[in-house]
Amino acid sequence: MNLRALLNALVGKQDSKDIAKERLRLVLVHDRASVSPEFLDKIKEELIRVISTYMEIDEENTQINMHRTDGTAVLEANLAIKAIRRTV
Amino acid sequence: MGEVIVITSGKGGVGKTTSVANLGVGLALLGKKVALIDADIGLRNLDVVMGLENRIVYDLVDVVEGRCRSKQALIRDKRYDTLFLLPAAQTRDKNAVTPEQMKVLCSELKEEFDFVLVDCPAGIEQGFRNAIAGADRALIVTTPEVSAVRDADRIIGLLEAAELGDPRLIINRLRPDMVKRGDMMDIEDILEILAIDLIGVIPDDERIIISTNRGEPVVTSENGAMSGQAYRNIVRRVVGEDVPFLELHKNSSIFNKLKKMMGLGG
Repeated sequence: MNLRALLNALVGKQDSKDIAKERLRLVLVHDRASVSPEFLDKIKEELIRVISTYMEIDEENTQINMHRTDGTAVLEANLAIKAIRRTV
Repeated sequence: MGEVIVITSGKGGVGKTTSVANLGVGLALLGKKVALIDADIGLRNLDVVMGLENRIVYDLVDVVEGRCRSKQALIRDKRYDTLFLLPAAQTRDKNAVTPEQMKVLCSELKEEFDFVLVDCPAGIEQGFRNAIAGADRALIVTTPEVSAVRDADRIIGLLEAAELGDPRLIINRLRPDMVKRGDMMDIEDILEILAIDLIGVIPDDERIIISTNRGEPVVTSENGAMSGQAYRNIVRRVVGEDVPFLELHKNSSIFNKLKKMMGLGG
């Protein structure tokens, strides 16, 4: 951390370049996810495959969404469980 | 066998055409045989940046539609006799050329030239697809602004989808003074976000505008323009040399400021 960043942290001010970087990071999360329509479908498929080791998932009632809240991007997965497997 | 390099950006006005002109002249200065293709059909500009606007007879569309041979349409530069320009058509639209036609043209030109540089139009539609169709590699131009970096990210994705991998980044119009006071994203910030390799940084420099006014790319300037040096370095990296990056902050160190105040120069 340089002197400027330290001073900013003390007075609670943020450099405009950090604001730019943060906004860009968030907008790109959204851009990259929405560019390909198969993107979320692929994640859903993979998630179900991984979780299926442990439980049986109702694919019909499974939703994957991505949304932005203040300052963060969130991946939300709602997986309906049909049954849990007995693990050894 | 030469190499076709497309210079692209997504966003308009970030310095694609200026970069093509400077890299073209720079490569010619190294003795390379270079053809520049202006693929921005309908918004032709590379001709005026090169100062060759009065010499146009045929254009890109004339070539692909077979009204003339590419040799007849290529304009030889005023100063460098290994540098040629294939101008865009001004009166047609971007759909006048297809990606297949561009592929044919590019492979024909690289038989003859060491480097073929394609000036890509802004946007991601047909004009973009034409410009990248015959390319072997891509250089992406961006400026340290949210909008330009965002568009560059989109372009990187599209190039990947077109299997034109490993593009290199030119960061244009960097202002070291603004970076220093935290009001402009710096090189590391941009590289971290885009996750691609850098090929050069051009400082913001009014001499670019002055040289464009005259139709003489800044890369030739002997007056110590930092932007000209930055372009010469990119040119050497394009031909495969390992050139260290310019230290853009060196003149703003306190020591240098003191030296300057005392009249010792920077």
